[in-house]
Amino acid sequence: MTTERPTTLLAELTHRCPLHCPYCSNPLELVRADREISTDDWKRVFTQARDLGVLQLGLSGGEPLVRKDLEQLAAHAHDLGFYQTLVTSGLGLTRQRAERLKQAGLEHIQVSVQDVDPEHAERIAGVSSVKQKRAAIALVKELEFAFTINVVLHRQNLDRIGEIIDFAAEMGADRLELANTQYYGWGLKNRSWLMPTREQVAQAKATAEERIARYRGRMQMIFVLPDYHEAYPKACYGGWGRFYIVVGPEGLAQPCHAASSIPGLTFPNVRDHSLEWIWHDSPGFQAFRGDAWMKAPCRTCPRKSVDFGGCRCQAFALTGDAANADPVCTLTPFRRIIDAAVEETEGAEFEYRQLANA
Amino acid sequence: MSLTATSVPRLWRLARLSFDPVRNRPVLLYPEGAVLLNETGKAILELVDGKRTVAEISAILGEKYHTDVAADVTEYLSGLAARELIQ
Repeated sequence: MTTERPTTLLAELTHRCPLHCPYCSNPLELVRADREISTDDWKRVFTQARDLGVLQLGLSGGEPLVRKDLEQLAAHAHDLGFYQTLVTSGLGLTRQRAERLKQAGLEHIQVSVQDVDPEHAERIAGVSSVKQKRAAIALVKELEFAFTINVVLHRQNLDRIGEIIDFAAEMGADRLELANTQYYGWGLKNRSWLMPTREQVAQAKATAEERIARYRGRMQMIFVLPDYHEAYPKACYGGWGRFYIVVGPEGLAQPCHAASSIPGLTFPNVRDHSLEWIWHDSPGFQAFRGDAWMKAPCRTCPRKSVDFGGCRCQAFALTGDAANADPVCTLTPFRRIIDAAVEETEGAEFEYRQLANA
Repeated sequence: MSLTATSVPRLWRLARLSFDPVRNRPVLLYPEGAVLLNETGKAILELVDGKRTVAEISAILGEKYHTDVAADVTEYLSGLAARELIQ
């Protein structure tokens, strides 16, 4: 089996974040600041990634602006020739830092917006943040960064999708990512509070399609149906170890941000190994490459080259075995787990993302 | 999003032409994506400046390659326009 070259490195520079969104994609056990790898470690990783063929770099977190060396890292990444995206809450983006990032060669900034309604937005974030985000967006526009707004969708904001899209257009976003909540870690913990109803999803789909046509040529929009509401699973990260490398704050390298939630797999640290070895030879990245690991019905399914059996983390989290088909798939008996979860939308409580024992 | 001879194509503000030294290929980069190009694709996109028409781009390349490329150029740029990479 030949291994393709990776195209994308997601650098989760830190888990520190002023926001506490209950669907955060960071793991339940957050990495503390004293375990974060150094500036030189990150620079080495970026250089190795470029040599491996990575084209896209995401500077993410937590809140990456918490790292004082962000400008240095962006400058190094720019010299290497990446297309880089800063994935930020906007909190901490002062004029000085925005100007320095521009000088460093950063092109694209993605700002998260929790909701168009300020009260709902701050309830999700768990902190006062709407004003700072508006100020950050104004700077992004003034300094002419390429600008994406990202909104995570769930039952509590999905009915406002039309207003959310209009807001993003009004803010001058070049792109709008309408990202459905992914149910791993924090999202899974808070699933019954976040899960949209079937009626909401159908209405949101119609609204999004109308707005996509309306804003065509002005603002590019990305909207996909939530996987729990689809008949077949998503091709998670385009397939295990095919395009993506995620490196966490402590240097842990994984094929996706949730891979280490699967017991029995070990993932290497960039402090101990080169990215070249990690990509081509580490057991963790090999674990679900190709189709030799597949069970029925994936093994003989024509869709196996389309969705690669779906998401391994979801298969483990919901069926207890990461080699099972993604339970989203209607061709498997596990689908009843998904259908039951879609029905279970009564949750009135949720838990904020925070450090354990904080 | 099909272009005609008189359309004036412009590269999406967020996309840029680049070169990938590892794959040894020209590449069009944009947020969350990349299109690996061949030399023909690169030659076409280098002439897309928001001023030239599709016909003018075709004429320049036709002269360079000594053949009529109008249909190919229109099809190529229309394909990118469908993906919103050309506006």
